[in-house]
Amino acid sequence: MIRYVPKAKYSYSAGQAQSVFLNGLKEKKILGTVCNKCKKVYVPPKMYCEECFKPTDGWVELKDEGIVHTAIASFVSWTRDRLEEPIISGTIKLYGSERDYVFPGMFHRICTTYDKVRDMSIIGAKVKAVWNEKRVGSIEDIQCFKEV
Amino acid sequence: MERSANVYRYGLIHVEVRKVRKVAIIGAGMTKFARRHFKTPQELVQEASIKALEEAGLGYNDIDCVVIGSAPDAFDGVHQKGEYLFPAMNKPMTRVFIGGATGVMVPISGYYHVASGMCDKVLAIAEEKMSQARPHPQAVFRYIWDPILETPIGPNLLWIFAMEMHRYMYAYKVPKEDIALVSVKNKANAADNPYAQLGGRITVDDVIKSEVLVWPVNRLDVSPVSDGAAAVVMVSEDVARRYTDTPVWVAGVGWTLDNTEWTGRDLSYNRYLEIAGRMAYKMAGIERPNKEIDVAEPYDPFDYKELMHLEALQLAPKGKAAQLVKEGVFNRDGDLPSSPGGGLLGVGNPIAAAGLMKVISLYWQLKGTAGKMQVKKPVYTGVAQAWGDLMQASTVVVLRR
Repeated sequence: MIRYVPKAKYSYSAGQAQSVFLNGLKEKKILGTVCNKCKKVYVPPKMYCEECFKPTDGWVELKDEGIVHTAIASFVSWTRDRLEEPIISGTIKLYGSERDYVFPGMFHRICTTYDKVRDMSIIGAKVKAVWNEKRVGSIEDIQCFKEV
Repeated sequence: MERSANVYRYGLIHVEVRKVRKVAIIGAGMTKFARRHFKTPQELVQEASIKALEEAGLGYNDIDCVVIGSAPDAFDGVHQKGEYLFPAMNKPMTRVFIGGATGVMVPISGYYHVASGMCDKVLAIAEEKMSQARPHPQAVFRYIWDPILETPIGPNLLWIFAMEMHRYMYAYKVPKEDIALVSVKNKANAADNPYAQLGGRITVDDVIKSEVLVWPVNRLDVSPVSDGAAAVVMVSEDVARRYTDTPVWVAGVGWTLDNTEWTGRDLSYNRYLEIAGRMAYKMAGIERPNKEIDVAEPYDPFDYKELMHLEALQLAPKGKAAQLVKEGVFNRDGDLPSSPGGGLLGVGNPIAAAGLMKVISLYWQLKGTAGKMQVKKPVYTGVAQAWGDLMQASTVVVLRR
């Protein structure tokens, strides 16, 4: 068997919309774009509206709190190694009603206990972003979303 | 035979089907699925292709065009996997790739190669050799996420399924114990399948007590890592009539792609599959799928996925598929057998090959050559389906004898 480690490295562009979004995180702000035609709000932001297939019309600021749409507890890392403490993550709905399944929201870690994931009490719970002191303009500027 | 001009409309999709030729499957072959094959990817492809051509009674020289499907190049560890896998020997060859949904996209592509009149005889192949990736096939999925907003959180592939499964359990109040019944059913069915990797008798308790990978997903909720290949021969009507008395017709095809973002699609109900299914049903002239489909091969990389897919394919009411599994409706001797050959959970999951395996299992049922896997009721029409890409693509084929 040939063993080797791939050395491919990439320097990704954040692009027009995500760059503004990431700079917003540095200022503790969650920014989204809005389409004036269908009123859809995009977080993560998009430069064009997927529904109307036209450029979005401007920026809006959303609160850094929302409700948990779904949550999981991972006992395996991305390399399939066993983790002692689970990583808890999920999607957070920043705006919209309980019935919405398409919404402005974020995929991030959730600061809660494994038990609350297991009994599903965390799903539907209200959460708020925990911001890092030192922010650099990255998704990691938010430590996690924590129950309020 | 030519069909008259006909315009189909469903939701946002407009498909105009006119003057298409009838297409039949007349041969199918596959390798055994295994955790690790000591054959190269090309050797797996050869084995499956030769079996399919043998059943069809054709040689490779008779074939007009080739369709090949394989999922991420990173599994086999060779980029440009299409031409690596198969030397087409100066025949037109197309590779199709839509992640996990590739396996059913292969016969869909084969279908339109023939239906359009471009080719009369198509060899359609799917292959995957997952066992070569190190440290684990999971790791090669690192590069499928959004590199700026998602990869830093450290997701692995299981997260996608766990997030969907938990939302499904929450939205429809389906307990894990009921979902586990699918794993029990499919692994038991696979015990009768000579190609299967993981057939066996297990209990709901075994599933619930198996290692928690990513809650709510336990180890026995998941199909295994596998190597394997599968192939079918698809031909026009006049060729089919010349070579076999028992052709299996492609009655309808459908496929769709939804938003890749977790916040951009319904996690508890696969709308894109509903649309793909309606596209295929409409083409096949099926109005009440739950009454007109005799056997189903929904994609089951995870046990809950078979339930969601049965629901989106309109074969069970929303959130009620688990209840019907409990009642035995989807058993091999039930009213609507589902995955009678064992599905991915039992036979194995070499991604693209697993999708085509679903179509081949259905082909065997319609032809009556499924042996011990043959369902009890008479079978005239069946549906096979796969699901993939970043888990928001679906491909559907309706077959009829």
